[in-house]
Amino acid sequence: MVHQVLFIVFGLICVAGAINLLVQRHPISSALSLVVVMASLALIYLLLGAEFVAAIQVIVYAGAIMVLFVFVIMLLNAGAEERTRGSRIALLVGVPGVVVLAGTVGWLLVTGSQQLGGVTIGATNFGDTHTIARFLFRDFLLPFEITSVLILIAIMGAVVLGKKEN
Amino acid sequence: MIPLSWYLMLSAVLFSIGVFGFLLKRNIITIFMSIELMLNAVNLSFVAFANYWNTHPQMLPSGARMVPLSGHVFVFFVMVVAAAEAAVGLAIIISVFRTRETLNVDRVNLLKL
Repeated sequence: MVHQVLFIVFGLICVAGAINLLVQRHPISSALSLVVVMASLALIYLLLGAEFVAAIQVIVYAGAIMVLFVFVIMLLNAGAEERTRGSRIALLVGVPGVVVLAGTVGWLLVTGSQQLGGVTIGATNFGDTHTIARFLFRDFLLPFEITSVLILIAIMGAVVLGKKEN
Repeated sequence: MIPLSWYLMLSAVLFSIGVFGFLLKRNIITIFMSIELMLNAVNLSFVAFANYWNTHPQMLPSGARMVPLSGHVFVFFVMVVAAAEAAVGLAIIISVFRTRETLNVDRVNLLKL
């Protein structure tokens, strides 16, 4: 019961933050509402027993990535979004397309929820750092090493792109 | 017990809001943030399904072998890729701003100056 109340509260905060991201015209307000979304998602991960994921959600996403966003917004001195008439195709095809897609997914979930059953909450020793590390460094060792190369390439790309041309 | 469909529903709602933001916003940084929102929505389904398969192994198709917690490890990889993507994408935004002096995507519609 407590879990369901917590899920509903943080899910609503999550959705409200995401809608606020759309409504706000200034990028810094959008960035701050995205931080709200990520923080409440971290709490939902805790409800799922995923301690490690909740921790890196706060540290990496809400911390590192969003600080990068806010830093760029301040560096470029980005003002409020100007209203321009964008591509008509995006409005005419994209928006109804998203509505149809979301409606289909929602309908499938509502009709299929009986077969899906429930997710147990608070399973012991599930999703803690110790268990994750065992799988990460045993079953997923090669992908893990490849991601370090990916990060290196991304850093070099960012440096090259951000360098001033002479 | 929270039904799995609640998590999937929240994930779908967040993903749809992300797609709407991607289509409707005109500021390139906000568009980028909408992409991050979509990645977060997918992460939520990954974690929910990791918990689901861990607690309901009998629901797996017969003969399927699953590494437990692989959903969590996938979320880890998604975050790594998102971090790399944010670094490169924001560097591109900075270099676009340097040449165009604008962040509006409707004014950045040519490949050459």
